[in-house]
Amino acid sequence: MHLRSLTIGALSAIVATGAIATSTAMAADTLFVPSLVYRTGAYSPNGIPFANGYKDYFTLLNNRDGGIGGVKVEVEECETGYRTNVGVECYEKLKGKGALAVAPNSTGITYQLIPKSAVDKIPIFSMGYGRTSAADGRIFPYVFNFPTTYWSQASAVIKYIGAQEGGLDKLAGKKIAHIYHNSAYGKEANPTLELLAKKHGYNLTLLAVDHPGQEQKSTWLQIRRLKPDWIFMSGWGVMNQVAVKEAAGIGFQMDRFIGNWWSGTETDVAPAGAGANGYTATTFHAPGGGKKVHEDMIKHVYDKGDGAGEAGRVGEVLYNRGMLNAIFISEAISNAQKHFKVKNVTGEQVRWGFENIDMNQDRWAELGLADFIGNIKVTCEDHEGGGQVRVQKWDAAAKQWKFSSDWFTPMRDVVRPLVEADAAKYAEENKITPRDCSS
Amino acid sequence: MLYSIFIAPFVDMASYPAFFVEVLLGGLMSGVMYSLVALGFVLIFKASGVFNYAQGVMALFAALTLVGLMTGTMPFFLTTVPGFAMPVWLAIIATIIVLIAFAYIVEFAVLRRLVNQEPIILFMATIGLAFVLEGVGDTMWGSNVKVLDVGIPTGFFEISGVQIQKFDLFAAGTAAILVAVLAVFFQKTKIGRALRAVADDHQAALSVGIPLKTIWVIVWSVSGLVALVAGIMWGAKSGVQFSLSLIALKALPVLILGGFTSVPGAIVGGLIIGVGEKVAEVYWGPLVNGAIENWFAYMLALVFLLFRPQGLFGEKIIERI
Amino acid sequence: MLYRETGQFKTSYAADQALFPIAQDRIGVLLVLAFAFFVIPFIASEYWFQVILIPFLVFALAAIGLNILTGYCGQVSLGTGGFMAVGAYASYKLATGFPDMPLLLVILFSGGITAAVGIFFGLPSLRIKGFYLAVATLASQFFLLWMFNKFGWFVNYSPSGSIAFPPKEVFGVLVTSANAEPVSRYLITLCIVVVLALAAKNLVRGPMGRTWMAIRDMDIAAEIIGIKPLQTKLLAFAVSSFYVGVAGAMFLCFWLGTAETEAFDILNISFPVLFMIIIGGLGSILGSFLGSAFVVLMPILLTNVFVAGLGMQAVTAKHIEFIVFGAMIIFFLIVEPHGLARLWQIVKEKLRLWPFPY
Repeated sequence: MHLRSLTIGALSAIVATGAIATSTAMAADTLFVPSLVYRTGAYSPNGIPFANGYKDYFTLLNNRDGGIGGVKVEVEECETGYRTNVGVECYEKLKGKGALAVAPNSTGITYQLIPKSAVDKIPIFSMGYGRTSAADGRIFPYVFNFPTTYWSQASAVIKYIGAQEGGLDKLAGKKIAHIYHNSAYGKEANPTLELLAKKHGYNLTLLAVDHPGQEQKSTWLQIRRLKPDWIFMSGWGVMNQVAVKEAAGIGFQMDRFIGNWWSGTETDVAPAGAGANGYTATTFHAPGGGKKVHEDMIKHVYDKGDGAGEAGRVGEVLYNRGMLNAIFISEAISNAQKHFKVKNVTGEQVRWGFENIDMNQDRWAELGLADFIGNIKVTCEDHEGGGQVRVQKWDAAAKQWKFSSDWFTPMRDVVRPLVEADAAKYAEENKITPRDCSS
Repeated sequence: MLYSIFIAPFVDMASYPAFFVEVLLGGLMSGVMYSLVALGFVLIFKASGVFNYAQGVMALFAALTLVGLMTGTMPFFLTTVPGFAMPVWLAIIATIIVLIAFAYIVEFAVLRRLVNQEPIILFMATIGLAFVLEGVGDTMWGSNVKVLDVGIPTGFFEISGVQIQKFDLFAAGTAAILVAVLAVFFQKTKIGRALRAVADDHQAALSVGIPLKTIWVIVWSVSGLVALVAGIMWGAKSGVQFSLSLIALKALPVLILGGFTSVPGAIVGGLIIGVGEKVAEVYWGPLVNGAIENWFAYMLALVFLLFRPQGLFGEKIIERI
Repeated sequence: MLYRETGQFKTSYAADQALFPIAQDRIGVLLVLAFAFFVIPFIASEYWFQVILIPFLVFALAAIGLNILTGYCGQVSLGTGGFMAVGAYASYKLATGFPDMPLLLVILFSGGITAAVGIFFGLPSLRIKGFYLAVATLASQFFLLWMFNKFGWFVNYSPSGSIAFPPKEVFGVLVTSANAEPVSRYLITLCIVVVLALAAKNLVRGPMGRTWMAIRDMDIAAEIIGIKPLQTKLLAFAVSSFYVGVAGAMFLCFWLGTAETEAFDILNISFPVLFMIIIGGLGSILGSFLGSAFVVLMPILLTNVFVAGLGMQAVTAKHIEFIVFGAMIIFFLIVEPHGLARLWQIVKEKLRLWPFPY
């Protein structure tokens, strides 16, 4: 009896998978945008606001404008838990439904999908993460990582530190420590920092923190001894919260502790409380709410009960970033619609749309995001888009991130040759012929 | 090369004694934190022979419940009702009640049905349990980082150049109190004696009329309490979030070093691992770009095991044919 | 009725000791193989290949490897992820360092390298036993992953430390990299797994397998009857690591194509593979396959049922998936601690009489 019910259960389960996996019929009258989210697992506190912003913006487009170019957008979430294998499963599942663009939302998953993207003709949009050298559009036609990359960011941080010290020439002999998440993501900035160390003569110390980063006592003991002038951190998840707390604990001067743009969110500073005041982080978009698009979001999405998260969290750093991600994708889709004069675009056409993104401040104001982000112009060679970086500071009393610098451009002249060299190496290893961008 | 491995670090230690003391203290304090987690494992292993992988998730679940109750969050709906926010002491009591209920459920749904199974099967079952608890915890309380503020002091003071964190002192004090309470509980109370009897010999304990099932519930409740303390201490550092459940991996080398069956072993093992890995990371780590402490802790434990295969304080393994 | 060995007389020792002594088993295995080789390639979609079939095969091989060590020789290991990483990184280094080396040789050598590493990390098993050993094997896991992560040489100095397997052909058919057809990747995986699984089945019934089982059942007794624990345990580590290493190489070449150390961490590989052999059945090659099917398929199945079938939110589905998956593990352990392979045996027992049980 027992056995029989087990067998029947197992059989029916298998039949069910088969049925579901094959029922990937494409709904032709919507634009299908997958969303690879991680609302569970060690990194979920970061994943949730991002995923909410992403989803809400498409809901806003549907509710307010009736979609993009009159076609509704259909967003389907797939839960990855920030795990690479699961991310691949999600990608395979969603690409069958006619995905127009994929935002992998994890550097590991991005690396997985880069080779697949050119085969499946689905553009990969890794906004400010993923493989930096994918900025070379000649070798990675289907991968986009604007507005800026990890390497640009590292150079921007050095530029910022130089400015605070009174010029890049004053950097000689200064001690800078890079505390990084010991993974593909965390290590991205190291070569750039090393190169700039040779050029500007600062002493660089690299301190790795293993996943998940719950225990960092030895790292901060080393900081105690080293007494660096500046700390740069490429952290993620719980590592950020512990690091900020430890830095505050040993009495490090917080405005000389700079996080990268994945280490500068409301969540990261919360456990340290008042101690986190002055903690600095880079960003490529404005923190906080209050823009027109946020008002629209409340009015058209949250007041109708369509919001993915809580209305009170609209405008958080990662929420804004998720929203920005959705904005770029919708812009690419809309570009493609206009250029190819079709409503239901394909992945290949959206790729063209990405490559021809040209958004100046007028366009951003139109979108209800005046002074939110620098100008972005993507070209065939340059998939980085020439984005600008800004520095933000945590104001613990007001519980807000606030800009503490103006927009500035990373050291493109330093980064671009590195990008091209790494991309060329990739092309050679994988036998890719760079496409010609001159035409 | 050889110089940098065998001599330079010691020269370094000797030339900056204040910093060396600080590293040692830091190691001891981290060790205390590991011991807090390892204690829970030991209690359960001693009484029921179960290597309870779910201990880390239990710490997470306990801390989540505590924060949830303190902020007046409604389980499953995740809306906060300030009127239901409990003061710390009440929330802790309520959390303990939840943990006791959990212990009952575990005993009823899992342990009772797996009596006399191989240890590895029981180990697997606790991994299954960890999955369940993780899912339940997330659904009940949400996955955001929750700030846990139970009034643990922060900041530091310096004694002749050695920086001491107030938080660390508090953690050490808590651990000491916890161990003292456990010792009294085990040595002086009737239940404690019964627990020790069960740990020594299941069969004999049963035959003198000690109810095994009740003992299991009690021991799981006690280790739930230990998990709560660990969850509070770790959670105060990083906020309460999923990663808390991964602290179990930090406790494993402590366990094998100290011995699965020894409470003092968990403490001493924790301190040895803590000091060992911090000293290694700070003085030898830079030679190879750091981040060695994770595997170093295991290697250190392994070295001890080669001399004492049952851990420092574990019961001697007697093999018969 | 269907499964009755009555009338099948063994007239020689060879027949008595065949891999599949019962005719129905032989036919069954052949049918399954025929189905896998000739039917699946035509009916499965890319999703099935990439998400279900290839990982199923790769993990089945890893599970066979661990089963040799844990199920047959009784040494619990949590270092599977580390050894798979050795296989994967070895195959990457071989393939990029010697571009002309044939792919099958690359995979074979990767297994060999892993076996050597396995012997080294198996040394403590001579002194340490049980859970102490299990936790001690984590040392190898953490050390190996740290090493791959730390030294640029293993990843050809790629700045991010992730590796991408170069395109390679077997008999003129492209089988690695994203451009390879999923079918060809599936077929080559299947070939390797079938060959190695039959080899394992052969191995464990022979003298080697018997000494392993003697060590597992009671090592002191085994030592007294003349089995050398040193050689036997290390041999088990070597053979097991070879299988795991080959699985790791295939994990990289045929399944994911690119990887970083995070893909091999304890929660991604070591625990799931241990699940597979325990749920599938310790000391059973068939069990390794069943366990792999369970662990690979079940989460995907649950997600699909919850999200597509019941229309749940992805995140709620994931939470419930955790609960259900955990509960199923406990349930299976309670119902049948000897695993799915044992269930299958019970089914076979029943089939002998079915449909006339009296």
